[in-house]
Amino acid sequence: MYHYDDFDQAFVDARVEQFRDQVARRLSGELTEEQFRPHRLMNGLYLQLHSYMLRIAVPYGTLNSRQMRKLAEIARAYDRGYGHFTTRQNIQFNWPALKDTPDILAELASVEMHAIQTSGNCIRNVTADHFAGVAHDEIADPRPYAEILRQWSSLHPEFSFLPRKFKIAVNGAAHDRAVIQAHDIGLQVVRSEAGELGFAVYVGGGLGRTPLIGRKVREFLPERDLLGYIEAILRVYNLEGRRDNKFKARIKILMHEKSLATLREEIEAEFAARDRKLLDLPPEEVARVRAFFAPPELERKKPVSDRVERRKGKDARFASFFATNVMAHKTPGYVVVTISLKAIGAVPGDASADQMDAVADLAEDYSHDEIRVSHEQNLILPHVALDDLPAVYDRLASVGLATPNAGSISDIIACPGLDYCALATARSIPVAQRIAQKFGDGARAKSVGPLKIKISGCINACGHHHVGHIGILGLERAGEETYQITLGGSGDEKAAIGQIVGPGFSSENVVEAVETIVETYMGLRRDDQETFLEAYRRVGLAPFKEALYERSAGSDI
Amino acid sequence: MPSVITASRLADGVVVFQAADLSWSEDFNRAAVRADEATTADALARAKEDEMQNLVVEPYAVAVEIRNGHVVPKALREAIRAAGPTVRRDLGKQAEGRAPLSGPTAALEAEHVSL
Repeated sequence: MYHYDDFDQAFVDARVEQFRDQVARRLSGELTEEQFRPHRLMNGLYLQLHSYMLRIAVPYGTLNSRQMRKLAEIARAYDRGYGHFTTRQNIQFNWPALKDTPDILAELASVEMHAIQTSGNCIRNVTADHFAGVAHDEIADPRPYAEILRQWSSLHPEFSFLPRKFKIAVNGAAHDRAVIQAHDIGLQVVRSEAGELGFAVYVGGGLGRTPLIGRKVREFLPERDLLGYIEAILRVYNLEGRRDNKFKARIKILMHEKSLATLREEIEAEFAARDRKLLDLPPEEVARVRAFFAPPELERKKPVSDRVERRKGKDARFASFFATNVMAHKTPGYVVVTISLKAIGAVPGDASADQMDAVADLAEDYSHDEIRVSHEQNLILPHVALDDLPAVYDRLASVGLATPNAGSISDIIACPGLDYCALATARSIPVAQRIAQKFGDGARAKSVGPLKIKISGCINACGHHHVGHIGILGLERAGEETYQITLGGSGDEKAAIGQIVGPGFSSENVVEAVETIVETYMGLRRDDQETFLEAYRRVGLAPFKEALYERSAGSDI
Repeated sequence: MPSVITASRLADGVVVFQAADLSWSEDFNRAAVRADEATTADALARAKEDEMQNLVVEPYAVAVEIRNGHVVPKALREAIRAAGPTVRRDLGKQAEGRAPLSGPTAALEAEHVSL
């Protein structure tokens, strides 16, 4: 993984001291809240429903064990003994005191972490495929590009006061695991016919109150032009994005208002007008950064482990874990292990300090010191030898982290919702918990097959509900929580925004509604290989609508 | 509409409520209930002075009602803010015995029949 050089360390240390001074001046009254707010937001510090909240960047979702242990230490010393992994591969602490945050940031800097640009109208933490570097279908590791973009965009003077926040995601495999088409800029690594590496560039995706799928502005952008082209996009956006209405300020609205063709023309004109030498990305620099992400040297092993096979034969729970949470590594004899942070009835994405320490130990002992955070609010051990899997599983189980439900109906993304968030209009966590309890992580969940449920507690859509196969949006109507359901959303390479199925459901009835949808799917699927999404795409909304509103008494029309 | 004044304490972000003596309490049950718009506006003006003094941040009025003989916030958002996360009863004011007196569950229910 990337390691800070002297410049990086000095830069981050200086930012900590700068923030320490800003906090001191705020506490003494020298700065008003209005003056201080932009400073704290640029350092990831929000004022939430119960307390301050600190959002810490986990760049492109990659952590080492030292960093994970530091997060656990911060959770114990400065917070309430746990952290919340988010849908943007970050971690949030829900209870820090303002006066402690400079010390927390100093602790983070000591392990090459920070909270810079995790909030505010700037380029946010660049996200990437959580299986980067280990997936079979990878064209190139996206993380070097994400790191280059991070370095280029950190405190970029021209792009620190954008009309609105700006999110970039990079995907390096054929299958999109980074939801790139729901980002302001989505970069898909591709190879040209000549074998040259580059990017398909998508612009104008985003969820929130106006969900839009990104449009392709460039079929092939040579690697060398990455920064120059991104700069051109941002320059057009910075000049023309709306600043009069924050609900219309994202680049997706600019795209919508101008049309793809016009925006593309403007971006290309801006790109053509600039001096290419000024922001060139030479192959040597890419190679230098790529070297940090070189895969560990793994000794090739037998693709089948007798030890694993024996355990599967006598332990159904382990066999189930193997089927759902374990993916083959590109090196034979190794696997990629998804650690579900969705134990049945638990808060999606939450991990206790003890669990963080346990994952750090496992990464050190079995995964070449590497951990990933996924946008689906799970953790990943990317380089586990197949023979070690039973031992890893047992240690995960001992800390409540061996739930065999990755990618299943109980592996639900949920934003913090009204339980924590000042912007939320309804709770999302309890709905996720009740759905997970209903379907569990056993035979019933298995019979349903892969199904992504995503829940947001307000229209800002941090829970990505628009791209959930089943999306749930919590709203408030006349003082009551109400839940709107969308179907058929998808965040992969065939990205789609879910369609609203009909009038919303009360908190009491929403779980039953999900059950009706799932039962309808299971009744109409061609066979147990046809997934929910495939079936939905074949039959459309009608059968679900009928089941929910005409045959069921559970709806709240 | 009766209301209480709330804010977040500047130094640590803890949710506080304005008491009858205009001090700030972490306990919703110590909040002074302002009976009408005029008294609410007056209390809020005093709270804003404390904001100017850098004691608290973002003071505002919360509508309250009497439920089962106890004053509770009307809106779910404010009930959760006054008690703590409903998904973690071990955290927030509810864990410190400082949730609205009728209890966090009652405060979150639209109708509650006391046994």
